[in-house]
Amino acid sequence: MSSSLAAEIPWPPTVEDFFLPPIVEGTTPWFTKVTLLVWVAVAALIIFFLVTYREPKLVPTKRQWIAESIYGFVRNNVARDLIGHDGVRFAPYLTTLFCFVLLTNLFGIIPGIQMSPNSHIAFPAILAIISWVLFNAVGIRQHGFAKYMKNSLIPPAPWFILPLLVPIEFISTFVFRPFTLAVRLFANMFAGHMILLVFTLGGFVMLQSNVWLAPVSVVSWLMAIALTFLEALVIVLQAYVFTVLTASYVQGALAEEH
Amino acid sequence: MYLFAAEGAEEHNPIIPLWQEIVVGTIAFALLCYVLMKFVFPRMEKTFQARVEAIEGGIKRAEAAQAEANQLLEQYRAQLAEARTDAARIRDDARADAEGIRQDVLAKAREESDRIIAAGKEQLAAERATIVRDLRAEVGTLAVDLASKIVGESLADEARRKGTVERFLSDLESTGAR
Repeated sequence: MSSSLAAEIPWPPTVEDFFLPPIVEGTTPWFTKVTLLVWVAVAALIIFFLVTYREPKLVPTKRQWIAESIYGFVRNNVARDLIGHDGVRFAPYLTTLFCFVLLTNLFGIIPGIQMSPNSHIAFPAILAIISWVLFNAVGIRQHGFAKYMKNSLIPPAPWFILPLLVPIEFISTFVFRPFTLAVRLFANMFAGHMILLVFTLGGFVMLQSNVWLAPVSVVSWLMAIALTFLEALVIVLQAYVFTVLTASYVQGALAEEH
Repeated sequence: MYLFAAEGAEEHNPIIPLWQEIVVGTIAFALLCYVLMKFVFPRMEKTFQARVEAIEGGIKRAEAAQAEANQLLEQYRAQLAEARTDAARIRDDARADAEGIRQDVLAKAREESDRIIAAGKEQLAAERATIVRDLRAEVGTLAVDLASKIVGESLADEARRKGTVERFLSDLESTGAR
Protein backbone atom coordinates (compact mmCIF):
# COMPACT_ATOMS: atom_id res chain seq x y z
CA MET A 1 0.00 0.00 0.00
CA SER A 2 2.59 2.46 1.13
CA SER A 3 5.02 1.55 -1.65
CA SER A 4 2.36 1.83 -4.37
CA LEU A 5 1.39 5.26 -3.01
CA ALA A 6 5.01 6.31 -3.10
CA ALA A 7 5.18 5.22 -6.72
CA GLU A 8 2.24 7.42 -7.60
CA ILE A 9 3.23 10.50 -5.64
CA PRO A 10 6.93 11.10 -5.04
CA TRP A 11 6.89 11.69 -1.31
CA PRO A 12 8.74 13.22 0.45
CA PRO A 13 10.15 15.68 -2.13
CA THR A 14 13.87 15.16 -2.67
CA VAL A 15 16.76 16.76 -4.48
CA GLU A 16 16.00 14.44 -7.40
CA ASP A 17 12.76 16.35 -7.99
CA PHE A 18 14.97 19.15 -9.31
CA PHE A 19 16.52 16.87 -11.92
CA LEU A 20 13.65 16.13 -14.20
CA PRO A 21 13.48 13.30 -16.72
CA PRO A 22 15.07 14.10 -20.07
CA ILE A 23 13.05 15.79 -22.80
CA VAL A 24 14.94 13.85 -25.47
CA GLU A 25 16.51 10.59 -24.33
CA GLY A 26 20.29 10.62 -24.10
CA THR A 27 20.79 14.42 -24.08
CA THR A 28 20.19 14.86 -20.40
CA PRO A 29 22.81 17.15 -18.91
CA TRP A 30 23.00 19.28 -22.06
CA PHE A 31 19.38 19.55 -23.00
CA THR A 32 16.97 19.48 -20.06
CA LYS A 33 13.99 21.53 -18.98
CA VAL A 34 16.35 23.77 -17.04
CA THR A 35 18.79 24.49 -19.86
CA LEU A 36 15.86 24.93 -22.23
CA LEU A 37 14.43 27.52 -19.83
CA VAL A 38 17.74 29.39 -19.81
CA TRP A 39 17.64 29.59 -23.60
CA VAL A 40 14.00 30.66 -23.47
CA ALA A 41 14.86 33.42 -20.99
CA VAL A 42 17.74 34.66 -23.12
CA ALA A 43 15.64 34.58 -26.28
CA ALA A 44 12.68 36.29 -24.61
CA LEU A 45 14.84 39.11 -23.22
CA ILE A 46 16.67 39.65 -26.50
CA ILE A 47 13.44 39.69 -28.49
CA PHE A 48 11.70 41.94 -25.96
CA PHE A 49 14.43 44.55 -25.92
CA LEU A 50 15.17 44.45 -29.63
CA VAL A 51 11.50 44.76 -30.54
CA THR A 52 10.70 47.50 -28.04
CA TYR A 53 13.85 49.39 -28.93
CA ARG A 54 13.86 48.93 -32.67
CA GLU A 55 12.99 52.55 -33.39
CA PRO A 56 13.61 54.60 -30.27
CA LYS A 57 11.79 57.91 -30.22
CA LEU A 58 12.26 60.99 -28.09
CA VAL A 59 8.66 60.70 -27.00
CA PRO A 60 8.51 57.01 -26.16
CA THR A 61 5.76 54.60 -27.12
CA LYS A 62 4.27 52.51 -24.35
CA ARG A 63 6.49 49.50 -24.98
CA GLN A 64 9.58 51.63 -25.40
CA TRP A 65 8.70 53.28 -22.12
CA ILE A 66 8.51 49.90 -20.36
CA ALA A 67 11.93 48.89 -21.67
CA GLU A 68 13.36 52.28 -20.68
CA SER A 69 11.82 52.05 -17.23
CA ILE A 70 13.55 48.73 -16.55
CA TYR A 71 16.90 50.10 -17.65
CA GLY A 72 16.25 53.44 -15.96
CA PHE A 73 15.39 51.71 -12.70
CA VAL A 74 18.66 49.79 -12.53
CA ARG A 75 20.64 52.70 -13.98
CA ASN A 76 19.38 55.34 -11.55
CA ASN A 77 18.41 53.39 -8.45
CA VAL A 78 21.22 50.85 -8.42
CA ALA A 79 24.14 51.91 -10.59
CA ARG A 80 24.10 55.65 -9.96
CA ASP A 81 22.87 55.66 -6.38
CA LEU A 82 25.31 52.98 -5.22
CA ILE A 83 28.40 53.50 -7.35
CA GLY A 84 27.97 57.21 -8.00
CA HIS A 85 27.98 59.16 -11.21
CA ASP A 86 30.72 56.90 -12.54
CA GLY A 87 28.41 53.93 -12.08
CA VAL A 88 26.35 54.62 -15.17
CA ARG A 89 28.89 52.74 -17.27
CA PHE A 90 28.07 49.58 -15.30
CA ALA A 91 24.34 50.04 -15.80
CA PRO A 92 24.12 47.94 -19.01
CA TYR A 93 25.66 44.90 -17.34
CA LEU A 94 23.70 45.35 -14.11
CA THR A 95 20.45 45.64 -16.05
CA THR A 96 21.23 42.53 -18.07
CA LEU A 97 22.02 40.71 -14.85
CA PHE A 98 18.84 41.94 -13.16
CA CYS A 99 16.59 41.01 -16.09
CA PHE A 100 18.14 37.57 -16.46
CA VAL A 101 17.89 36.71 -12.79
CA LEU A 102 14.38 38.10 -12.50
CA LEU A 103 13.05 36.20 -15.50
CA THR A 104 14.73 32.90 -14.68
CA ASN A 105 13.46 33.26 -11.11
CA LEU A 106 9.97 33.99 -12.37
CA PHE A 107 9.92 30.68 -14.22
CA GLY A 108 9.66 29.15 -10.74
CA ILE A 109 6.10 30.34 -10.29
CA ILE A 110 4.79 30.72 -13.84
CA PRO A 111 2.05 28.09 -14.14
CA GLY A 112 3.04 25.28 -16.51
CA ILE A 113 6.74 26.00 -16.09
CA GLN A 114 7.22 26.17 -12.32
CA MET A 115 10.89 25.43 -12.39
CA SER A 116 13.58 28.02 -11.95
CA PRO A 117 16.99 27.43 -13.55
CA ASN A 118 18.42 29.25 -10.56
CA SER A 119 17.48 26.30 -8.33
CA HIS A 120 20.41 24.59 -10.03
CA ILE A 121 23.53 26.13 -8.54
CA ALA A 122 25.38 26.15 -11.86
CA PHE A 123 23.58 29.28 -13.09
CA PRO A 124 23.87 31.43 -9.93
CA ALA A 125 27.49 30.28 -9.78
CA ILE A 126 28.18 31.62 -13.28
CA LEU A 127 26.66 34.98 -12.39
CA ALA A 128 28.54 35.13 -9.09
CA ILE A 129 31.86 34.35 -10.83
CA ILE A 130 31.19 37.12 -13.37
CA SER A 131 30.46 39.56 -10.52
CA TRP A 132 33.66 38.46 -8.76
CA VAL A 133 35.76 38.94 -11.89
CA LEU A 134 34.02 42.25 -12.56
CA PHE A 135 34.63 43.90 -9.21
CA ASN A 136 38.22 42.67 -8.98
CA ALA A 137 39.00 43.80 -12.52
CA VAL A 138 37.46 47.19 -11.85
CA GLY A 139 39.45 47.56 -8.61
CA ILE A 140 42.75 46.53 -10.21
CA ARG A 141 42.22 48.81 -13.17
CA GLN A 142 41.30 51.71 -10.88
CA HIS A 143 44.13 51.41 -8.34
CA GLY A 144 46.67 48.96 -9.74
CA PHE A 145 47.07 45.49 -8.28
CA ALA A 146 49.15 46.38 -5.21
CA LYS A 147 47.08 49.32 -4.06
CA TYR A 148 43.85 47.43 -4.70
CA MET A 149 45.07 44.54 -2.56
CA LYS A 150 46.14 46.95 0.15
CA ASN A 151 42.76 48.69 0.04
CA SER A 152 40.91 45.41 0.16
CA LEU A 153 42.98 43.54 2.69
CA ILE A 154 44.37 46.04 5.18
CA PRO A 155 41.72 47.83 7.17
CA PRO A 156 42.63 50.92 9.16
CA ALA A 157 43.35 49.15 12.44
CA PRO A 158 46.24 48.92 14.94
CA TRP A 159 49.14 46.85 13.59
CA PHE A 160 48.92 44.12 16.21
CA ILE A 161 45.39 43.17 15.16
CA LEU A 162 46.23 43.02 11.46
CA PRO A 163 47.44 39.39 11.46
CA LEU A 164 43.92 38.51 12.52
CA LEU A 165 42.09 40.96 10.24
CA VAL A 166 43.95 40.40 6.98
CA PRO A 167 43.00 36.71 6.58
CA ILE A 168 39.41 37.53 7.55
CA GLU A 169 39.28 40.32 5.00
CA PHE A 170 40.82 38.08 2.36
CA ILE A 171 38.35 35.27 2.89
CA SER A 172 35.34 37.55 3.18
CA THR A 173 36.18 39.55 0.06
CA PHE A 174 37.64 36.99 -2.29
CA VAL A 175 36.01 33.75 -1.17
CA PHE A 176 32.78 34.41 0.64
CA ARG A 177 31.49 37.15 -1.64
CA PRO A 178 31.05 35.00 -4.77
CA PHE A 179 30.10 31.98 -2.71
CA THR A 180 27.36 33.78 -0.78
CA LEU A 181 26.08 35.48 -3.93
CA ALA A 182 25.63 32.13 -5.65
CA VAL A 183 24.33 30.22 -2.66
CA ARG A 184 21.88 32.95 -1.59
CA LEU A 185 20.14 32.95 -4.94
CA PHE A 186 20.32 29.21 -5.42
CA ALA A 187 19.07 28.39 -1.91
CA ASN A 188 16.16 30.81 -2.12
CA MET A 189 14.98 29.33 -5.39
CA PHE A 190 15.66 25.78 -4.25
CA ALA A 191 13.87 26.20 -0.94
CA GLY A 192 10.96 28.03 -2.54
CA HIS A 193 10.41 25.23 -5.00
CA MET A 194 10.78 22.67 -2.23
CA ILE A 195 8.18 24.38 -0.06
CA LEU A 196 5.69 24.55 -2.91
CA LEU A 197 6.32 20.84 -3.58
CA VAL A 198 5.75 19.99 0.09
CA PHE A 199 2.41 21.77 0.30
CA THR A 200 1.11 20.73 -3.12
CA LEU A 201 2.18 17.07 -2.97
CA GLY A 202 1.37 16.92 0.75
CA GLY A 203 -2.25 17.70 -0.06
CA PHE A 204 -2.43 14.78 -2.46
CA VAL A 205 -0.68 12.43 -0.06
CA MET A 206 -3.13 13.26 2.74
CA LEU A 207 -6.12 12.95 0.42
CA GLN A 208 -5.05 9.50 -0.69
CA SER A 209 -4.11 8.16 2.70
CA ASN A 210 -7.36 9.10 4.42
CA VAL A 211 -10.52 10.68 2.98
CA TRP A 212 -11.16 12.42 6.29
CA LEU A 213 -8.05 14.45 5.78
CA ALA A 214 -9.55 16.10 2.65
CA PRO A 215 -10.24 19.46 4.38
CA VAL A 216 -6.64 19.56 5.54
CA SER A 217 -5.57 18.89 1.97
CA VAL A 218 -7.53 21.92 0.85
CA VAL A 219 -5.81 24.00 3.52
CA SER A 220 -2.49 22.65 2.28
CA TRP A 221 -3.24 23.70 -1.29
CA LEU A 222 -4.40 27.14 -0.17
CA MET A 223 -1.08 27.42 1.66
CA ALA A 224 0.67 26.48 -1.58
CA ILE A 225 -1.11 29.34 -3.35
CA ALA A 226 -0.29 31.81 -0.58
CA LEU A 227 3.33 30.69 -0.61
CA THR A 228 3.43 31.20 -4.37
CA PHE A 229 2.72 34.87 -3.72
CA LEU A 230 5.47 34.88 -1.10
CA GLU A 231 7.70 33.31 -3.74
CA ALA A 232 6.86 36.16 -6.09
CA LEU A 233 8.17 38.57 -3.49
CA VAL A 234 11.30 36.49 -2.91
CA ILE A 235 11.91 36.26 -6.66
CA VAL A 236 11.92 40.01 -7.18
CA LEU A 237 13.84 40.61 -3.98
CA GLN A 238 16.57 38.09 -4.84
CA ALA A 239 17.02 39.50 -8.33
CA TYR A 240 17.31 42.97 -6.79
CA VAL A 241 19.68 41.81 -4.04
CA PHE A 242 21.97 40.06 -6.50
CA THR A 243 22.18 43.22 -8.61
CA VAL A 244 22.62 45.56 -5.65
CA LEU A 245 25.34 43.43 -4.11
CA THR A 246 27.24 43.27 -7.39
CA ALA A 247 26.96 47.05 -7.67
CA SER A 248 28.10 47.55 -4.08
CA TYR A 249 31.13 45.27 -4.61
CA VAL A 250 32.04 47.35 -7.66
CA GLN A 251 31.59 50.51 -5.61
CA GLY A 252 33.84 49.08 -2.89
CA ALA A 253 36.50 48.24 -5.45
CA LEU A 254 36.34 51.75 -6.91
CA ALA A 255 36.42 53.51 -3.54
CA GLU A 256 39.64 55.30 -2.63
CA GLU A 257 40.00 54.05 0.92
CA HIS A 258 38.86 50.98 2.70
CA MET B 1 16.25 6.69 -2.51
CA TYR B 2 15.88 2.99 -2.93
CA LEU B 3 13.55 3.65 -5.86
CA PHE B 4 16.03 5.91 -7.67
CA ALA B 5 18.77 3.41 -7.14
CA ALA B 6 16.55 0.76 -8.63
CA GLU B 7 15.94 2.90 -11.67
CA GLY B 8 19.68 3.42 -12.05
CA ALA B 9 19.56 7.22 -11.70
CA GLU B 10 22.66 8.87 -10.31
CA GLU B 11 22.56 10.82 -7.05
CA HIS B 12 22.67 14.59 -7.34
CA ASN B 13 24.31 16.90 -4.85
CA PRO B 14 22.49 20.25 -5.12
CA ILE B 15 25.55 22.28 -4.17
CA ILE B 16 27.83 20.73 -6.82
CA PRO B 17 27.11 22.35 -10.19
CA LEU B 18 26.83 20.23 -13.32
CA TRP B 19 29.63 21.29 -15.65
CA GLN B 20 27.38 20.92 -18.69
CA GLU B 21 24.98 23.43 -17.19
CA ILE B 22 27.84 25.81 -16.50
CA VAL B 23 28.85 25.64 -20.15
CA VAL B 24 25.30 26.14 -21.42
CA GLY B 25 24.60 28.92 -18.93
CA THR B 26 27.83 30.74 -19.76
CA ILE B 27 27.17 30.66 -23.49
CA ALA B 28 23.54 31.70 -23.08
CA PHE B 29 24.31 34.53 -20.66
CA ALA B 30 27.23 35.74 -22.77
CA LEU B 31 24.93 35.92 -25.78
CA LEU B 32 22.37 37.85 -23.75
CA CYS B 33 25.02 40.27 -22.46
CA TYR B 34 26.46 40.76 -25.94
CA VAL B 35 23.14 41.62 -27.57
CA LEU B 36 21.71 43.79 -24.80
CA MET B 37 24.93 45.63 -23.93
CA LYS B 38 25.86 46.24 -27.55
CA PHE B 39 22.57 46.91 -29.29
CA VAL B 40 20.06 47.96 -26.68
CA PHE B 41 21.36 49.81 -23.64
CA PRO B 42 23.83 52.12 -25.44
CA ARG B 43 20.96 53.20 -27.67
CA MET B 44 18.89 53.85 -24.55
CA GLU B 45 21.69 56.03 -23.18
CA LYS B 46 21.74 57.88 -26.50
CA THR B 47 17.99 58.36 -26.36
CA PHE B 48 18.23 59.65 -22.79
CA GLN B 49 20.97 62.04 -23.86
CA ALA B 50 18.97 63.20 -26.84
CA ARG B 51 15.96 63.72 -24.61
CA VAL B 52 17.98 65.79 -22.14
CA GLU B 53 19.36 67.84 -25.00
CA ALA B 54 15.91 68.30 -26.48
CA ILE B 55 14.61 69.60 -23.17
CA GLU B 56 17.62 71.78 -22.50
CA GLY B 57 17.58 72.97 -26.11
CA GLY B 58 13.93 73.86 -25.74
CA ILE B 59 14.66 75.85 -22.60
CA LYS B 60 17.59 77.56 -24.31
CA ARG B 61 15.47 78.40 -27.34
CA ALA B 62 12.78 79.81 -25.08
CA GLU B 63 15.38 81.86 -23.22
CA ALA B 64 16.80 83.17 -26.49
CA ALA B 65 13.31 84.09 -27.70
CA GLN B 66 12.63 85.83 -24.40
CA ALA B 67 15.89 87.76 -24.63
CA GLU B 68 15.15 88.75 -28.20
CA ALA B 69 11.67 89.90 -27.22
CA ASN B 70 13.10 91.95 -24.37
CA GLN B 71 15.67 93.46 -26.68
CA LEU B 72 12.99 94.34 -29.21
CA LEU B 73 10.87 95.87 -26.47
CA GLU B 74 13.82 98.00 -25.35
CA GLN B 75 14.49 98.97 -28.94
CA TYR B 76 10.86 99.97 -29.47
CA ARG B 77 10.88 101.96 -26.25
CA ALA B 78 14.05 103.75 -27.32
CA GLN B 79 12.58 104.43 -30.74
CA LEU B 80 9.38 105.70 -29.18
CA ALA B 81 11.27 108.05 -26.88
CA GLU B 82 13.36 109.24 -29.80
CA ALA B 83 10.23 109.81 -31.86
CA ARG B 84 8.73 111.80 -29.00
CA THR B 85 11.76 114.04 -28.70
CA ASP B 86 11.81 114.39 -32.48
CA ALA B 87 8.18 115.41 -32.47
CA ALA B 88 8.81 117.91 -29.70
CA ARG B 89 11.80 119.29 -31.54
CA ILE B 90 9.84 119.58 -34.78
CA ARG B 91 7.03 121.37 -32.95
CA ASP B 92 9.51 123.79 -31.41
CA ASP B 93 11.13 124.34 -34.80
CA ALA B 94 7.77 124.94 -36.40
CA ARG B 95 6.84 127.36 -33.67
CA ALA B 96 10.15 129.17 -34.13
CA ASP B 97 9.68 129.24 -37.91
CA ALA B 98 6.18 130.61 -37.55
CA GLU B 99 7.46 133.28 -35.24
CA GLY B 100 10.22 134.16 -37.71
CA ILE B 101 7.79 134.33 -40.60
CA ARG B 102 5.46 136.51 -38.57
CA GLN B 103 8.34 138.83 -37.74
CA ASP B 104 9.36 138.94 -41.40
CA VAL B 105 5.84 139.70 -42.52
CA LEU B 106 5.48 142.37 -39.89
CA ALA B 107 8.80 143.91 -40.82
CA LYS B 108 7.87 143.90 -44.49
CA ALA B 109 4.48 145.35 -43.74
CA ARG B 110 6.04 148.04 -41.62
CA GLU B 111 8.55 148.83 -44.35
CA GLU B 112 5.79 148.92 -46.92
CA SER B 113 3.70 151.23 -44.81
CA ASP B 114 6.74 153.42 -44.17
CA ARG B 115 7.41 153.53 -47.88
CA ILE B 116 3.79 154.42 -48.66
CA ILE B 117 3.79 157.10 -46.00
CA ALA B 118 7.06 158.52 -47.32
CA ALA B 119 5.69 158.54 -50.86
CA GLY B 120 2.54 160.32 -49.67
CA LYS B 121 4.53 162.88 -47.84
CA GLU B 122 6.66 163.54 -50.87
CA GLN B 123 3.58 163.90 -53.08
CA LEU B 124 1.99 166.17 -50.57
CA ALA B 125 5.11 168.31 -50.45
CA ALA B 126 5.26 168.46 -54.23
CA GLU B 127 1.60 169.43 -54.46
CA ARG B 128 2.05 171.99 -51.78
CA ALA B 129 4.99 173.46 -53.62
CA THR B 130 2.91 173.65 -56.79
CA ILE B 131 0.03 175.21 -54.93
CA VAL B 132 2.35 177.67 -53.23
CA ARG B 133 3.84 178.63 -56.59
CA ASP B 134 0.42 179.10 -58.13
CA LEU B 135 -0.79 180.95 -55.11
CA ARG B 136 2.23 183.18 -55.18
CA ALA B 137 1.53 184.20 -58.74
CA GLU B 138 -2.15 184.69 -58.06
CA VAL B 139 -1.61 186.53 -54.81
CA GLY B 140 0.80 188.86 -56.60
CA THR B 141 -1.73 189.55 -59.33
CA LEU B 142 -4.57 189.93 -56.87
CA ALA B 143 -2.55 192.22 -54.65
CA VAL B 144 -1.47 194.32 -57.63
CA ASP B 145 -5.00 194.47 -58.88
CA LEU B 146 -6.23 195.37 -55.45
CA ALA B 147 -3.52 197.97 -54.96
CA SER B 148 -4.17 199.39 -58.44
CA LYS B 149 -7.80 199.85 -57.59
CA ILE B 150 -6.88 201.52 -54.30
CA VAL B 151 -3.94 203.58 -55.44
CA GLY B 152 -4.89 204.09 -59.11
CA GLU B 153 -2.37 204.51 -61.81
CA SER B 154 0.47 205.81 -59.60
CA LEU B 155 2.05 202.54 -58.99
CA ALA B 156 1.81 201.22 -62.51
CA ASP B 157 5.45 201.33 -63.09
CA GLU B 158 6.54 197.82 -63.94
CA ALA B 159 9.88 197.67 -62.27
CA ARG B 160 8.83 199.09 -59.05
CA ARG B 161 5.74 197.02 -58.85
CA LYS B 162 7.76 193.79 -59.30
CA GLY B 163 10.28 194.63 -56.62
CA THR B 164 7.66 195.66 -54.11
CA VAL B 165 5.57 192.54 -54.54
CA GLU B 166 8.55 190.22 -54.30
CA ARG B 167 9.68 191.86 -51.12
CA PHE B 168 6.23 191.66 -49.67
CA LEU B 169 5.92 187.97 -50.46
CA SER B 170 9.30 187.12 -49.01
CA ASP B 171 8.34 188.84 -45.81
CA LEU B 172 5.06 187.00 -45.88
CA GLU B 173 6.83 183.67 -46.39
CA SER B 174 9.37 184.16 -43.67
CA THR B 175 6.71 185.00 -41.16
CA GLY B 176 4.17 182.44 -42.46
CA ALA B 177 6.65 179.51 -42.44
CA ARG B 178 6.71 179.54 -38.72
